[in-house]
Amino acid sequence: MANLIEIKGVTHAYRTAAGPLPVLENLDIAVPEGEFCAVVGPSGCGKSTLTRLVAGLMRPDRGEVWLHGELVRSPRKTVGMAFQNPVMLEWRTVLQNVILPLEIVAPTMPRAEKEARASALLALVGLAGFEHKRPSELSGGMRQRASLCRAIVHRPDVLIMDEPFGALDAFTREDLWQTMHALRAKEPFTAVLITHDLREAVYLGDQVIVLSGRPATTQHIMRVNYPGPRLLDGLYTPECSEMLHVLRDQIRIAQGRDTTEEATT
Amino acid sequence: MSALRAAAVPLAAIVAFLGLWEFIVWANDWPNYKMASPSDLPPAFWKFRWFFVEMSWQTLWRTVAGLGIAVVAGTLLGMAMGFSRIARDALYPLLVGFNAIPKATLVPVIALIFIGQHDFNTVLMAFLISFFPIAVSVGIGLSTLEPEYRDILRSLGASRVTIFWKIALPKTLPEFFGALKVSVTLAFIGTNLVEIVSPHGRGLGALFKSGETNGDYPLMFAVLIALAALGIVLYYAVVVLERIFAGWAERPAQ
Repeated sequence: MANLIEIKGVTHAYRTAAGPLPVLENLDIAVPEGEFCAVVGPSGCGKSTLTRLVAGLMRPDRGEVWLHGELVRSPRKTVGMAFQNPVMLEWRTVLQNVILPLEIVAPTMPRAEKEARASALLALVGLAGFEHKRPSELSGGMRQRASLCRAIVHRPDVLIMDEPFGALDAFTREDLWQTMHALRAKEPFTAVLITHDLREAVYLGDQVIVLSGRPATTQHIMRVNYPGPRLLDGLYTPECSEMLHVLRDQIRIAQGRDTTEEATT
Repeated sequence: MSALRAAAVPLAAIVAFLGLWEFIVWANDWPNYKMASPSDLPPAFWKFRWFFVEMSWQTLWRTVAGLGIAVVAGTLLGMAMGFSRIARDALYPLLVGFNAIPKATLVPVIALIFIGQHDFNTVLMAFLISFFPIAVSVGIGLSTLEPEYRDILRSLGASRVTIFWKIALPKTLPEFFGALKVSVTLAFIGTNLVEIVSPHGRGLGALFKSGETNGDYPLMFAVLIALAALGIVLYYAVVVLERIFAGWAERPAQ
């Protein structure tokens, strides 16, 4: 199957007062169409830079980013983004927030059609009945659900998520993981998820990519063979424990620490 | 019941204040030309009622005109500072320096440059004194916009103009109205400065001046009350606009 996202040999450095700060070094990532790719790595290793590159918000110093067989040079309408901050526009209702991308991407679409599409998505994530509420009336988890709807309302090829569940409590986060699977079943998209949560990476990902410490390079690629259907209980099976253990070791290596350190301290 | 109480408390406070004022003047046996008392005010208002209507209108339209120009110019300056680092570095020191000048000192300067242009001078002063808070708040509002807000639209290929109309402008509105509440009072001060100082001026400031010239203390106090009333009207006009355009920023009561 063709790769929908191809990141080839990407190297990037930020220019700072103290000289160039390299963040990505010869990074390679390939995500086939319809796959869910989770990216983990130590803090500050350049994961957010990666999302901005894929979204076409910036161009790398060297290397190439390909989407759908086209070289990414500038923002494209076929991308959806979600962040840790749900960035709700407080002056709009929840429904009007979800519609926002359609106003840019499909300005000629009839209003009723936009609203029907947004309502259907809100119902899918369990927000039926909240369409006309203000974002300030929603809980953090609900805001993030609405944010996910907005990210996919225009049927993007690629959904880019930068720690979207990072600020939520553990149980709300698990609810949203399940919502994510429900969305994927109805709305096929290719996804890149930046996360710090290894369980999240295994539960949601088809592949998990471990980035090394800064400057980040592809350190380890793991195919996820989830035991049975994607149920939360599966996380407590020996297969998942094994995968989590491998990831944990890889993170430790990425952090530049000895794998036996934890045992001795 | 609660509505009655909400109205009764401030009303009672006003009555108590007027009573205290009346009492102090009466107890000290001050004559009219030293300190007017509240009971002197209604006759003063009635005697000069047509002047009050005419002069209030003069003051009002000049203040609103000056404020209108301040809103447009302040917003444009704020946009320049909010979007361009270079514009911010260049304009900010100039604006701070200009704002530091007590505007009363500008009155003779303006009067000399535009001799006899009373309307123009008054509107100009109202503008000069009131655009600064608007420029700063719009500038800060735009430059502190979180990058994610820009990115959700920019990743879809939206233009800077679209991002400004759909996100940056509405998001800045609460700060803008906060600044406008300050500016409306300042513009009012600017109008009155020029009206009082200019010879043959018009407006409530000029009426105040003529009261002083004629030793008519009740008239001067009546003008102060009229100024307060006009200031309150202007302020609440801004509050109403704020409710309409930025009412979403008010948290629902718990």
